[in-house]
Amino acid sequence: MGETSAASEPLDPLFMAEDWLANGRKVAVATVIETWGSAPRPVGSHLVIDADGNFHGSVSGGCVEGAVVTEALDVLADGKPRLLEFGVADETAWRVGLSCGGRIKVYVEMVA
Amino acid sequence: MDLLSLKALNAERRQRRAAILLTELTSGTDRIIREEDAVAGELGEAVRKAFRTGISSVVAADGIGYFLTVALPKPRLVVIGAVHISQALAPLARVAGFDMEIIDPRTGFATAERFPDVPLHADWPETVLRGRSLDGYTAVAALTHDPKIDDHPLKAALDAGCFYVGALGSRKTHAARVERLRAAGATDTQIARIHAPIGIDIGAVSPQEIAVAIIAQIVQALRSRGLDAVAGRAA
Repeated sequence: MGETSAASEPLDPLFMAEDWLANGRKVAVATVIETWGSAPRPVGSHLVIDADGNFHGSVSGGCVEGAVVTEALDVLADGKPRLLEFGVADETAWRVGLSCGGRIKVYVEMVA
Repeated sequence: MDLLSLKALNAERRQRRAAILLTELTSGTDRIIREEDAVAGELGEAVRKAFRTGISSVVAADGIGYFLTVALPKPRLVVIGAVHISQALAPLARVAGFDMEIIDPRTGFATAERFPDVPLHADWPETVLRGRSLDGYTAVAALTHDPKIDDHPLKAALDAGCFYVGALGSRKTHAARVERLRAAGATDTQIARIHAPIGIDIGAVSPQEIAVAIIAQIVQALRSRGLDAVAGRAA
């Protein structure tokens, strides 16, 4: 996450997550926890997802968000965190991988 | 993620205080660590480094895998004096990632024409700083040479535990300043924290070069914050 300023508050995924929860929505947080090669978003980047599949933030340049949202719905259904990995070495890369050639690990958890 | 952890992390961020969300990756449990919290062992070392660098990362400590989400406030630079050096400092501060603002009661100096992109306060520092709090992620550089303008914000910066306090002026000027600050109640430890003459020693001559020396010193102070800074703030 690095350095934050209050000025960017409306766009900040973790502030958004708190707002969503206050409105009674179920929320999962996805976090980039490791990267290799030319990953588009740095470690600590967040994507927040609600049970309807709405999301805010990013964990890549748009390459794998769809897959992360799908996994997040499962996380919200059973409450168990998941560790996802995306990259060119991955067989799924052809479908939802990172075209930049990087590899990322994303931790998805429910806020409860 | 525990809802209370999320709320606590966001609360710290809104207050411009550094915090780490520590997540144990196997169990999914998490907690918030604040800068003043004592953390022992390998994890403690990783936590202290994370507070210095602001970099989030996976850490293996004592056989357990953690992820550290590090949230540091965006560093600010408050410059006292709308002078020539400040004009050179403004673009450098922006490039280096600091939110810079300028305080100078001399309305002839603090003009939007001279500082098109910088928040300007054309008023006395004691008036401007009354409404806003200096903090541990703020740097203060006093550049007017005028004790009537510089002294108050310097003392306020030391009292607030600003991570960087610098003052323009020769050694002789600074010696006189030290006497005045001491009379105003500054401790020896506080006075030792003032960078004067200001800027790292690169033989700077022009205002632009002095600005480079100052911004380098501010970056150095930001990235070498550690237990000393925390101790200084508590004192």
